[in-house]
Order: sequence, then structure tokens, then C-alpha cells
Amino acid sequence: MSNIFLMETLENGLTIFLREINAAPIISHWVWYRVGSRDEVPGLNGLSHWVEHMQFKGTQRWPGPLMERSIARVGGQWNAFTHLDWTTFYETLPANQLEIAMTIEADRMRNSIYEANEVEFERTVILSEKDGKDNDPFVRLNTAVIEAAFQQHPYKNDIIGREEDLRRIQANDLYAHYQNFYQTSNALIAIAGDFDIQTVLSKLKTLYQSLPREETFRTNIIPETEIEKSKEIIMRGPGDMSFLQVVYRAPAASDPDFFAYTILDSLLSGPSSLNMFGGGGISNRTSRLYQKLVEKEFAVAVSGGLQATIDPYVYDMSITLQPSQSPEIALQKLDQEIERLLSKKVEGKSIERAIKQAAALFSYGLENITNQAFWMGYSEMFADYSWFTEYIERLQNVHPRHVMDVAQKYLHPERRIIGIYLPEISHGSEL
Amino acid sequence: MTLDRINWGHMPGEENITQTILPNGIKILCKSDYLSPSVVISGYVQGGSMLDPLDKLGLALFTSYALMRGTKNQSSRQLYHKLESCGASFGFGASVQSTSFGGKSLVEDFPLIIETLANCLLQPTFPGDQVHRLQMQILAGLQLREQDTIEMASLRFDELLFPYHPYGLPEDGYIDTIRQITSRDLRDFHQSYYGPQGMVIVVVGAITANTAFDLISKKLGSWHNPSWQATPEIPDIPKVKKATSVFIPLAEKYQDDIIMGFHGPTRTSSDYLAASLGNNILGQFGMMGRIGQAVREKSGLAYYASTSLNAMAGGGSWEIAAGVNPANFNAAIAIVKNELERFISEPVAEEELRDAKSSYIGSIPLSVESNSAVASAIVRMERFGLGLNYLHQFPLMVEKITPEDILVTAKSYIDLEKLIIVGCGPTPDSARVL
Repeated sequence: MSNIFLMETLENGLTIFLREINAAPIISHWVWYRVGSRDEVPGLNGLSHWVEHMQFKGTQRWPGPLMERSIARVGGQWNAFTHLDWTTFYETLPANQLEIAMTIEADRMRNSIYEANEVEFERTVILSEKDGKDNDPFVRLNTAVIEAAFQQHPYKNDIIGREEDLRRIQANDLYAHYQNFYQTSNALIAIAGDFDIQTVLSKLKTLYQSLPREETFRTNIIPETEIEKSKEIIMRGPGDMSFLQVVYRAPAASDPDFFAYTILDSLLSGPSSLNMFGGGGISNRTSRLYQKLVEKEFAVAVSGGLQATIDPYVYDMSITLQPSQSPEIALQKLDQEIERLLSKKVEGKSIERAIKQAAALFSYGLENITNQAFWMGYSEMFADYSWFTEYIERLQNVHPRHVMDVAQKYLHPERRIIGIYLPEISHGSEL
Repeated sequence: MTLDRINWGHMPGEENITQTILPNGIKILCKSDYLSPSVVISGYVQGGSMLDPLDKLGLALFTSYALMRGTKNQSSRQLYHKLESCGASFGFGASVQSTSFGGKSLVEDFPLIIETLANCLLQPTFPGDQVHRLQMQILAGLQLREQDTIEMASLRFDELLFPYHPYGLPEDGYIDTIRQITSRDLRDFHQSYYGPQGMVIVVVGAITANTAFDLISKKLGSWHNPSWQATPEIPDIPKVKKATSVFIPLAEKYQDDIIMGFHGPTRTSSDYLAASLGNNILGQFGMMGRIGQAVREKSGLAYYASTSLNAMAGGGSWEIAAGVNPANFNAAIAIVKNELERFISEPVAEEELRDAKSSYIGSIPLSVESNSAVASAIVRMERFGLGLNYLHQFPLMVEKITPEDILVTAKSYIDLEKLIIVGCGPTPDSARVL
């Protein structure tokens, strides 16, 4: 099985990552743009996600239905995602159909058409997408908690956008955003799978070399390294269940603290997988919070997690309470576990265990070509590819002292946001 | 990048799946694959929610979850400590006719997975404190279900489509029925219905078949259950006599979720593939087929609108699902009805069918990209008796389907006079005149 890797940057700034894997007759092609909700100005929140939707409407050469049909008729999968720091488009196809993905993506990088009526159709679709998300009370609580965790930083905004902004945004706002950020110098192409690396590189050069290098305008964003002030948000609504969400500041992915924080999270709430496609997860029954909260019947579920981001984001812990228990008691129990991390060094073997779990999750992700292509681009969006390739090694360099340092630095009771959802009325009955 | 360079040997089939049957009836199938140093296990034993007493619905699923809450050799905590310490995962679940299991580990830890499977199946103890905790967790899940618009619409739809039938009853039960279940019930269910007869184990990953067979044989080869009772056949499904519309109002929701549909073919019906290709054209191809195009792309009425075929051993459903703003509730349903009417009035275009066929055949390699996907494909082939070369024969079977086959099949299942519609969410004004 060959596994050849190549990284190259064209003169116009386009970065290319290619990994040849001949194990299965599949390729996965990803284009990443360094634009996300962080790049939106007040009043136009939701622009990046909406642009991502508009990119499926087509170009002169590739009208939307033709793109869709061309991918679907070869049995391919395609989709796109908008996040805080990035937007990405992918196609996973039978290996002999790679050219479809390459030509579509090269064309829609600069030539997408933003027609007014299509913008209006998409307005309703996105509002509907937002309504669907907001059906979940925990999503609404999370939106409020994240907003409170930042003063000015655009990470405070929900990626899908505010309703008032989604009603305000016009076609020219979307097109200007697209023109500014969808540039070779702001893009990365990552392809993994069964292809010949030199043939594909040559084809990519033919497709992209003629595009000029243009500057991307972006506003200066000041990272917020601390949550300024503790805040408690209480939301009431229907149902029988209460939720508790607690967030602390987390470091940027490129910060060395991130790796000790990853170990801390694994100990506290269980191992998390950063694989976006496949790999599965590991249960968290032996994590400290599960033992303290679920095994003692204060809660029915706990979870926690970090996100790899350019600027400091949040470390998030979510707890679904037993109906008979109060959020105050659950919070008290959580605080006892935090205090334990602050005052007592974790044992080396606990760290070894967390590393073994991370290594296993890492290995599971290798069986999936889509996931391998994903990682090449993803890691470059907030750090660089070595962040991924050296991930396990960096975890291995974490010592008990680092975990305690990180706990003391970030898990401060006066610098966190607490969100509580409390049931108000019982559910409706059938008509 | 040419077809002849494609490695079709990767595809699971008779040539690369090794199988054996242990003397006690357990069937083991193994496909080796060394892309990642991990191994996946998947499989099932007979016995599922169709055995639940009506006042204890959810018993089969509850029993399956409780298997890992303690065994004769180890407590639940010890069991999970071993699994989680090596980054392995393992779990049980139940559907209508069977209790399934699945897990994953690095290859060096695979013996632990087999040991866990065997201990949980053969020697569960159902300790009272753990069962109580699990019961609380299941109840919490059901309480959350009552606030979930998609889940509630789907639950009611199944009840209406399959009245008084195991397919119409929720595998996870209802709040009242879960409250009735005791440790004793779990023990009795396990004792009566768990056994090696009809058990299937599929192993995929960085392991040889012989190693997998030896490990499994040592741990499960001597399993016998003299009290075992076979699962009965699925009863006949009552016919739908008339169209029914129901709306379930839920407060503080922003979107209505709609499930509509009819009975569909069983997985082994001769018209399954025609229905499946038709379904692809109707509500899946590209961005959700004809219905997705009409509701989302042309009208901008919904974030999603698609169709699905849920084919089981003894019956099935053909469903349309959409999430819409309450103001668009009736408009979306009207568009879907128009598309259904068109679908049963005229054959699909040759071009549409060519696209759908091409999509089906092209997607085969993608459908078995990971070890887990390969394991699921083998379990499916085994469960429905499709034969291990099913994926290899699939292109030929797909090619044979004609537009007329699809029309005849569509007409035999889709009848607007018997359409069941369930909506859930904020009450649209129009819901009262559904």
C-alpha cells in the first residue's frame, strides 16, 4: 500500500496537500477557505454560512443542478460546512471521478453567480434551518452561553446568524463577502485517495495557475484570553428535564496549553474525538464527572469538549440532570472535581491512559479516506498540518504538572459562564 | 484514475469473507483489512422488542443496555475501565427481532472485546442499583423524546402505520411501560430469549480469520441455553384503510417537522430494488430528489425535504420527511402530494433512471469505506439472506430495473387515499384543516 504525501504552494498563494492512498477505490477532495463567522461584522452575522449555501447555486459553466447531478450520478457525496474560522467544501467520489470535483471547485472559487431570486429562496431555507436548530432548547441555551463568554470577539456570534441579520442581508453583501474571501491566497486544497500524485498536481496547476493572487481584506480581531466576569444564564421552557452548561476559556489550538487541556478534558469528562468523519467514539463511564454525577444519580449524562480554533474559545461541559436533582447540587459536585484537579496532581498513569485513548481514536480515523483528507486541511485552518501529525507526540509530552497548571490557569470559578435550563410547563397534548 | 486501476478486491464478497459456524450454531464471518491497526465487531442474537409484553414495552432494549451493568466476574465500572483504558468501545442495543452488539478496538485489544461480549451475554447479573440508574437514564431519554418534534412525529407515524403491531411500537418503550420493568424482568428476558442459536458475529479489520475464530470459539463455543425460546415470526401487518392526519402541538418550538407516508416493501421483496431506485428519484438523488427540488430548491420552503424507504424483514415504510416553518406547513404538504401524484401517474424519465442507477452503482465503493461500514454491510447481507456476493451482483440487478417496474411498484405502495400525515411543532393555523 503506497502512501505518498506532497505539499506545495502555487505562486498565487493556493496551498495544495495531496496524499496518495491506494487501499480503496475512493478519493476525497476538499477546498478550505479561511473565512468563518469570525470574519463577519455586526449587523451581517450569518454571512459566511449563507455564502456557503450560495456556492451550490452554480456558475455559468456549472449551473447548480448540473453540479449536483454530476456528483450524484457517479454515486458521490458532497457537502459543505461553515465554522468559526473556516468554510469547507468536500466531495468524496469513486477514484476515477476525481476530475469532476477538481473542475467544479476550481470554477466556483471565483465564478459563482449570486442571483437575487436565489438569494431570497435561500433566505427562507436558512431561516428554516435556524428554526430547526432552535427547536432544541439546549441549542438555545448554548447560543446564549457562548454569547456571554465573549465581550467583543466574533466567536460570540452563532454561526448560522441572528434572525434580524438574516432578514437584513442582501445579495450584494453576500457577493462582496464571496469575492473577498474566496481567493487562491485564502484557500487550501486537500485531496486523499487512490490517484497518481503528479498527474493530479499537474491538473490542479492547469486549473488554478492562471488565477491572480489577490489580497483578502479582514478586520483585526483581538483575542480574548479570559472570560472577564462570571455570569449565570437561566432559561425556562417546556419539558421535564433540566440542563446545566458550564464553560471556561480554552486556549487557541496552537497554544501548548491546548494539549494539557485535552488530557484534562479526557480525565474530567471522557475522551473526545476530533475526527469529523468516522472513527466513532469512546464511552466516558470512568471519567471523573461521570463517576461523580451520573453514578451518584445527580445527572443522567455528562459530556465535555474543546474545539481547535485560531483564537481562544471555550471549554464546554454539559450535564443533563436527573429530574429530581437541582442544578445547584450538580454544580457543587462539578466544582468539587475541579477543585480536585486544582489541588492534586493527576497520576502519570491517568495521563498514559488518556494518551492511549487519543491514540486509539487517531487510529480509527485512519480507516476512512474522507477523514484523512479532512485532517490535512482542517489542521491548517487553525495551526498547521504538523499539529495533526505530531498530535500524539505532543500529548505524550504532557506531564502531571502541566495538567495542574492548565487547571489553575483556566478553570477559575470567577471566570466562567453557567447556563441553566429549567422546565416550566409540561408538554402539549395531541389535538 | 481509470477504472482498471480501481481496487475492486477491497469490496466485501465471497472471495474475501471467511466464515465458519460453531457447533452451538454461532455463525462467524471475518474480513481482514489492514489499512488501520484496528478491528470492528458487529452482530446480533435473536430476540428483540417484538417479545416485549405490552405493559412493559422497552424490555428488550432495556435488557440489552443492562448487560454491561455488571457480570459475575466484574462490576460495570471494572468492565468500562478496561474498555476505556485501551480506547475501545463496545455496546448493545435491540431492534424488533434481534439484540445487536458492536464495538471497536486496536487489534492488540481485540481479545478484550470478545471477552466483554461473552461475559455480558453469558453472565450478566443485572444488579439492582445499576438497573435503577439505567432506568432513570432511559426515562430521561424518553422525556427528551417528548420534546423532540422529529421523534414525536416519527413515533406517532409508526403507531398509525402499524397499529397494534411490533413495527408500530417503540423499541425504547413509553415512560409508563419503562417504569413497570424490574431487575427480575430483565433476568427473565435474558434467560428466555438469549442463546447461541441464530447468533451472527462479523469481524472486520487488522486480524486474520483464524485468530478471530479461535478467540470467539474459546469464549462462546460452549454457550448453551436450555431455556431458550425462539422468536416467533413477524405477524401480518394490518392494512391502512383511510388517510389520516394528526398534528402534535409542542410549545416553544420554531419549526414543524412532518412525516408522511405509506407501507413499503420488505427488504427481501422482489420489488425492493425498484422501490429503492424510485425512492432515490423521488426524494434522494442529488439534493433530495424531486421532492427536495420542489420544496427546498424551487420554493425555498424548507431546510430539508426528502424520502426514505425503511425495509424490514416483515414489512416496511415509505416515508417523506420535511422540516418547515409553520407558515409554510400546508404549502409544503401540497407540493409533496403533487409530486407523489406525478410519481404514480407516469413512469420516471429514462434519464432520471439512468442517473439513479449510475448513482447506486458508483456509490458502492463509498458505502464500504470504513471497517464499520464493511461490517454493517456483511451483517445486512447475512440478516436478510442476500448472499455474500450481493455487492458484486448489485450493479447487474440495478441495471435490470425499468421505468415501468418503478411505476408498477410505486402504484402498489403509494395511494394518496391512504396517506398518513403527522406534524409536530408550533401549531400552524392550517393544521386544523389538514
